[in-house]
Amino acid sequence: MSLLTLNGFSVTRRKREILRGIDLRVGPGELVGILGPNGAGKTTLMRAALGLIDARGHSSLASLNPRERGRAVAWMPQSREIAWPVDVETLVMLGRTPHLGPGQRPSDADHAAVERALQRMGLTGYRARTATRLSGGEQARVLIARALAQEAPLLMADEPTAGLDPAHQIATMRTFAALAGEGHSVIVSLHDLGLAARHCTRLIVIDRGKIAADGPPLDVLTPDLVRDTFGISAFLQVTPDGLVFQPLEVLG
Amino acid sequence: MTRLALLLTALVGVLFITALLVGPADIGPLQSLTALVAGDEGPMTLVMREIRLPRALLGLLIGGSLGLAGAAMQGYLRNPLADPGLIGVSGSAALGAVLAIQTGVAAGFALGLPLAALGGALIGMFLVLVLAGPRGSSLTLILAGIAISALAGAFTSLVLNLSPNPFAANEIVFWMMGSLADRSMTHVWIALPLIVLGAALLLSLSRGLDALTLGEDAAEAMGVRLSRLRLTLIFGTAAVVGASTAVAGAIGFVGLVVPHLLRPFVGARPGRLLWASGLGGAAMLLAADIAVRVILPTRDLKLGVVTALIGAPLFLHLIFRTRRDGM
Repeated sequence: MSLLTLNGFSVTRRKREILRGIDLRVGPGELVGILGPNGAGKTTLMRAALGLIDARGHSSLASLNPRERGRAVAWMPQSREIAWPVDVETLVMLGRTPHLGPGQRPSDADHAAVERALQRMGLTGYRARTATRLSGGEQARVLIARALAQEAPLLMADEPTAGLDPAHQIATMRTFAALAGEGHSVIVSLHDLGLAARHCTRLIVIDRGKIAADGPPLDVLTPDLVRDTFGISAFLQVTPDGLVFQPLEVLG
Repeated sequence: MTRLALLLTALVGVLFITALLVGPADIGPLQSLTALVAGDEGPMTLVMREIRLPRALLGLLIGGSLGLAGAAMQGYLRNPLADPGLIGVSGSAALGAVLAIQTGVAAGFALGLPLAALGGALIGMFLVLVLAGPRGSSLTLILAGIAISALAGAFTSLVLNLSPNPFAANEIVFWMMGSLADRSMTHVWIALPLIVLGAALLLSLSRGLDALTLGEDAAEAMGVRLSRLRLTLIFGTAAVVGASTAVAGAIGFVGLVVPHLLRPFVGARPGRLLWASGLGGAAMLLAADIAVRVILPTRDLKLGVVTALIGAPLFLHLIFRTRRDGM
């Protein structure tokens, strides 16, 4: 079973080819980290795979109708927009939108899904707080909870850990790993290679619009790839505490 | 039904009945209502059915339209400063009406003015649709709306500027202030179908507007069809605002202030704000139209002037509150 399949996938915007020839298949139970330097095309890849921007080639998600897609994948964009001062519970309930028919009120099942999402993100004490008055990191967690409440088989998140404190970065990655353990899959774009190395089951490195590497963290983060793609040197070792990756120097 | 819905409905009911009881004809409350309901072909029934009833009905319909359209526009643009006039429909409806007055069509036959205004609204809406494109962000819609508003405003000024007839110019200026005085049931029948249609379209946006709280990308990924939502918003707003402007002239501030005022009472949810603002808008306009008749019964005080006089200070108050909250 595949949750996302891309075949011969290319994106051209304003006559500039941003992605070309991407082939990709994500099955259940994976925690996939999308890595790459600024401007490599990580966000474009995810948005195009969702069908939010035009692309050539095949994407299994983009070919669904909007409602089916809302049940197949939850998407957390990079811009953490909360337009109105709604309370946290209301905001998280928005994740249930694809499950509700026109004019239908949230059922017990929807409330239970919201409850699970709040619990996973440690937000049960926040439910009545006004979302716009929370700190940036807290808002990020609320928005992750919103995406979790959608309870789709696949979760895609664009830099979900940016702006979180270390404890919440780790907790968020563990939450994603737990989802993967339950048979869901999660695709996250990350800039923190250490976090990616430690928690993801699979890393995909995007460089100049192409997949530069795809595989388990230890196989992907080779000194050559880290040098060629990111222009840095790094320390990588399997320790009793798991895989440790630490960027060291910028290479001239 | 929530407490807020009950409260607003009761308020609108009381104001509607009050609006029926206020007027220069000296009739007791009980008498007027009996004359309205029973009807005995006498002058009192005539006053009630042909003068006060259409006026109260139009206050209800137009106030509701402006409140609803304002809430929908603010929800779509995710901006509390948006108002229903933003997409240029009221400006182009006003231009249609002004042309009708200037050319004498309005004086020629009774429905000339509202029909010309509706024509203007239709052309304005069509131009905004063409300019903004079938797909695209909310920004292109604002820009198209501003462009059409500005253009319609410029042409309106041009007509006034070149008007050889001072009486026509005077009439235009007064019409543009907005009023519900001297409207008949015919005006109600012109506006009603469009307002019902437009309100149904706008109320159907509830869930999509809620989802837009998270931004366009997230909403679209949750199954909201943004291009359809935008088309529905444009058609719905054009129908209610076009019809309202056509029969009552330009009435400002209702669509801007009412959603802003009621937002805290619906937990800031854009979907619930739709019906709340509809009721609130109806209450505000009915109250303003009662004020027009009570404060200066002998002078023809214009409704749009009163809504601006009430609306602007309310708006200032809201600005101060927003500043205090550190937003």
